[in-house]
Amino acid sequence: MASLTSHSATTVGAFTAEVFAAHLARVQHLPAWWLDRKRTAYARFAALPFPKRTDEGWRFSHLSGLSLDGYQLAAPINHQQVTKQDLGAPGAGTLLLANHQVVYAEPLAAKFAQQGVIFTTLQEALLKHSDLVRPHLLAQPSKLGSEKFVALHEAFLENGAFIYVPRNVTVDLPLGVFHYASGTGTALFPHTLVVAEENAKVTIADFFRSSTGAGAQFACGGNDLYAGHGAQVTYLAMQDWSRETLSFQFNATVARRDTRVLSINLHAGARQARHESFSQLQAPGAHSEMLALTIAHGTQEFDQRTLQIHQAPNTSSNLLYKNALLDQAKTIFSGLIVVDPDAQKTDAYQSNRNLMLSDEAEANSLPGLEIQANDVRCTHGATSARIDAEQEFYLESRGINPTQAQELLVFGFFEEVLGKIENSQLHDSLAEIIREKFKA
Amino acid sequence: MSLLEIKNLHISIGDKAIVKGFNLTIKPGEVHAIMGPNGTGKSTLAKAIAGHPSYTITGGDVILDGKSILAMQPDERARSGLFLAFQYPSEIPGVSIANFLRAAVQARMAEGEELDASGYYKKLYSKMDLLKIDRKFTSRAVNDGFSGGEKKRCEILQMAMLEPHFALMDETDSGLDIDALRIVADGVNTLRSGPLGILLITHYQRLLDYIVPDFVHVMYDGRIVKSGNKSLALELEAKGYDWVKQEFAAANA
Repeated sequence: MASLTSHSATTVGAFTAEVFAAHLARVQHLPAWWLDRKRTAYARFAALPFPKRTDEGWRFSHLSGLSLDGYQLAAPINHQQVTKQDLGAPGAGTLLLANHQVVYAEPLAAKFAQQGVIFTTLQEALLKHSDLVRPHLLAQPSKLGSEKFVALHEAFLENGAFIYVPRNVTVDLPLGVFHYASGTGTALFPHTLVVAEENAKVTIADFFRSSTGAGAQFACGGNDLYAGHGAQVTYLAMQDWSRETLSFQFNATVARRDTRVLSINLHAGARQARHESFSQLQAPGAHSEMLALTIAHGTQEFDQRTLQIHQAPNTSSNLLYKNALLDQAKTIFSGLIVVDPDAQKTDAYQSNRNLMLSDEAEANSLPGLEIQANDVRCTHGATSARIDAEQEFYLESRGINPTQAQELLVFGFFEEVLGKIENSQLHDSLAEIIREKFKA
Repeated sequence: MSLLEIKNLHISIGDKAIVKGFNLTIKPGEVHAIMGPNGTGKSTLAKAIAGHPSYTITGGDVILDGKSILAMQPDERARSGLFLAFQYPSEIPGVSIANFLRAAVQARMAEGEELDASGYYKKLYSKMDLLKIDRKFTSRAVNDGFSGGEKKRCEILQMAMLEPHFALMDETDSGLDIDALRIVADGVNTLRSGPLGILLITHYQRLLDYIVPDFVHVMYDGRIVKSGNKSLALELEAKGYDWVKQEFAAANA
């Protein structure tokens, strides 16, 4: 009996059945179908083993860093503790969730609300728009290794953001969502669900931050992006958790006919951060652009796993993950392009580029292709290059100090992705997070 | 008074001695041309003075305004008033000229002092107007995909913005056709009117038709072997470097 208890403790860590019951008690007002799903998810989480060294999906990962011990559910916080944050410019709306509670909201602009756009918390959406939420919330399978942690996310998902744009509606200003974790040891389960119907157009900026001085935290978040026929969805995620945080982010993108999905992920924070991104190109003309920038320093580890599945003819995808590594930082990129047998004329691209600013940093790349159609164009590649000494000298010879020179060269390296952000305020928000990394 | 003194300078690449006792003093407003055959240490001299890590200074000193710069890092040397115009400027993809120059200007300000953006652009545009450079130029990435002439104009623009006391211009004419050469020389001549001292390194006399030097020095085997005025350059043009080599060989025989 004693051995059973200790076994289950190592499998669920701090997230015991008692803690789950406490969480359920907080969300019991939500629809029964959702609570049932959460119970099932918890059972799955508890039953699934921890990743092992021999698991292909965890090659190179620091497994002992994944311990789930020592965290507790997010406590209610004093609203005054949170400073008001905004996009730095007029957006279509802002939602700031601290420890899952709304502490600040700039409601959706009336002209969009009148057209049927919904921008609210996930809890409210579950209560009022269950029919819109249910088909899309965590509806895609987990295929990249984190089945256990995805189940944990679903079991404890408490609140998040819901964005719904009806057909033919364009939201021409960005929507800003801030997920804020307060308090040492806090476990946060943020989620952003975006549903863009036929020919809808929307831009979402999703920020992830810790309270000042926060120590170790646990962030286990996800986003679902659904782009209906002809929809254009731009999604920016800026992960800037405290430097002691263990972070998971799970993305699932569904792209229908003639869609344009652009997702840009900036990874700056956390002690160890795992990002899994799964794109399905389901109908002809679908296009998904998956871009990521990682600025890794100290002993940070960023573990990125991606899957692009082409399920229909004439679909295209473009993945570009750029990592800049300083100090003893480590990155892992493992990407797979899958082309189904009838997905002819697929055009898929996958690239991982690493800029090494230190001889002690470590970048691992595992690009992959699995092609079952015969008329496709698929390319993939990975490169790692040391920062160019002549470029450094050139910048320094103009009076720029070595740290600033490296910062400029990293920005130059990132520009290919940063240049795709049309909104200048969002561009500046990303740039500021990157700049901060050179001040530490 | 501002002064650049190069005293008995010895420079090696690895174990190989390249510059072997180079002496020269440059005063404000003076243009000194250094000519000489390939492989004689001209570019090594310029890069080592700027602090390039591939070169080791094994003896002598370089004194800028009374202070030795040899213990300084390359960025400190630049902030002290030295500027190297590169023979082959690096390409920096993704970094616009405007942002690059802004960082360089900011680097010269006291800690905590914020750059005034409108003042910066005002100055940048006035320098560009002075050098007849199109304003669209600054949104391009530094030297990325530039022609030879554009790269050298970019160097001159940087020099104009950073206002050094002394400029080391390394083979500024290399890779330029005659039109590009004229444009670049016009730029240098525009900046020359002030207190700027210039060390102009060149292999060919033709550059000196456009940038007329106050002094001409012939460098051979790592040191100055002959000095004179503009007419020395013309003599070299007529006689070729073999004349210098023979004279040097005779003197050392």
